Amino acid sequence: MAAPLGTGTRTEEPGQEKQDAQEKEIAHPERAEEAKLKAKYPNLGQKPGGSDFLMKRLQKGQKYFDSGDYNMAKAKMKNKQLPSAGPDKNLVTGDHIPTPQDLPQRKSSLVTSKLAG
Amino acid sequence: MLSEIFGAGGGNDIQWCFSQVKGAVDDDVAEADIISTVEFNHSGELLATGDKGGRVVIFQQEQENKTQSHSRGEYNVYSTFQSHEPEFDYLKSLEIEEKINKIRWLPQKNAAQFLLSTNDKTIKLWKISERDKRPEGYNLKEEDGRYRDPTTVTTLRVPVFRPMDLMVEASPRRIFANAHTYHINSISINSDYETYLSADDLRINLWHLEITDRSFNIVDIKPANMEELTEVITAAEFHPNSCNTFVYSSSKGTIRLCDMRASALCDRHSKLFEEPEDPSNRSFFSEIISSISDVKFSHSGRYMMTRDYLSVKIWDLNMENRPVETYQVHEYLRSKLCSLYENDCIFDKFECCWNGSDSIVMTGSYNNFFRMFDRNTKRDITLEASRENNKPRTVLKPRKVCASGKRKKDEISVDSLDFNKKILHTAWHPKENIIAVATTNNLYIFQDKMN
Repeated sequence: MAAPLGTGTRTEEPGQEKQDAQEKEIAHPERAEEAKLKAKYPNLGQKPGGSDFLMKRLQKGQKYFDSGDYNMAKAKMKNKQLPSAGPDKNLVTGDHIPTPQDLPQRKSSLVTSKLAG
Repeated sequence: MLSEIFGAGGGNDIQWCFSQVKGAVDDDVAEADIISTVEFNHSGELLATGDKGGRVVIFQQEQENKTQSHSRGEYNVYSTFQSHEPEFDYLKSLEIEEKINKIRWLPQKNAAQFLLSTNDKTIKLWKISERDKRPEGYNLKEEDGRYRDPTTVTTLRVPVFRPMDLMVEASPRRIFANAHTYHINSISINSDYETYLSADDLRINLWHLEITDRSFNIVDIKPANMEELTEVITAAEFHPNSCNTFVYSSSKGTIRLCDMRASALCDRHSKLFEEPEDPSNRSFFSEIISSISDVKFSHSGRYMMTRDYLSVKIWDLNMENRPVETYQVHEYLRSKLCSLYENDCIFDKFECCWNGSDSIVMTGSYNNFFRMFDRNTKRDITLEASRENNKPRTVLKPRKVCASGKRKKDEISVDSLDFNKKILHTAWHPKENIIAVATTNNLYIFQDKMN
């Protein structure tokens, strides 16, 4: 009976080694899962749990808009013509300042909740 | 009460029946419709929900029908309003979600109802009031509000109040803003009914309900060097009776009880609740699954309950070194942690709740299953929130998950569970056996079978 790939199910091969490994998996399912994860992602951080998750959690919602750059660009623009859209696909990344208008607008829900419908 | 102990069918287990379901039927769920919090008020007459779109919907229980003594009143829409709007903090380059993280009701003091609702950054006090009369017969105003020319007034009359169709109005009475650098996960009203706390990942603030321009920081766990950050605050709650006591839980599975009389800044806990870990069982996942997603005091104030990824634990406030009861919610997931880490489900934050008498606790799981544990009988049950079971007064069939080996008829295997169908939020009526269970975008109300 062939085992489907990636599910970790065991084929019915005899042999003490396989039986021992199976017992270990049952006794320490977490360790077996950890081994699976490390096999897939060998570069996973050394610290279990730890700072990576926490930092990601603290930085939720971070977007890339620099108000200083934006205001300086606005000041510079006053003296120049505003560049037209279209031919400027090749703008150097550093010169294109994202503006509040460029950021995907998050409109509030004007629709009533369906729970109230 | 005896009727609840010796139930209709004999034995003392509650027989749960479907009562109502709110929300859209279609499978295509808009993000805004994702329910993010559910809360009964202190009498249980009102049930509030918050969603990812920043909206609050409040349901009110109908007065009991005298002729239909075998069913309790239904919950119907009472009020709905937009509590929070999406914002962008240009200074920090931070997008602020309008998602309602928590709603907490104030005890009723007068005709109006008050609740606190919060998103990641701002807490608002909402007043919900009824208007069922309006003044008529003004001398200087027409009925439509236009002002009359005073020179045309030849007689005077006394305006009177006349009945009108009930209008329920919600208005924001206080806005408590700019006090949290990190994301608010909890709010809790003090038993003094004058103050409340708000907790973010690293700090807890104390507010007075009347004062919006200032709050006191009472817990600060931010390290001097952020590289040294090892844990965050995950939930916090005031003690139901002692106005000086509160607890907060952490991502490392600990709970700290603090006494505000000890010092102004409660960085040093009065008690530390932590279950010792078996070092031989430690794995990459240990800390992640030990992170506490919810903490709730019992109504009595003697116990507190914590929810981590796989279990619910009951702690006696007098014993810090281990919980007095532990209930496994879905132990079969322990051998699926690798995939649950990959699809981020391992970070799901399940809540938990007590029944009114603190004898039963409830929490959600996947596949729209939810679990109840009876602390006295030690029996547990798994039920499903699904539109397929929606015949009123038909008792819900218990569900069973088959962890391994041969799957019996009516059991569902772990690999067939739908991990997108999560029940994160549940609430239990403070006095009756009525529960509110939120699936992704639907709200289910179940009641025990009467007679």
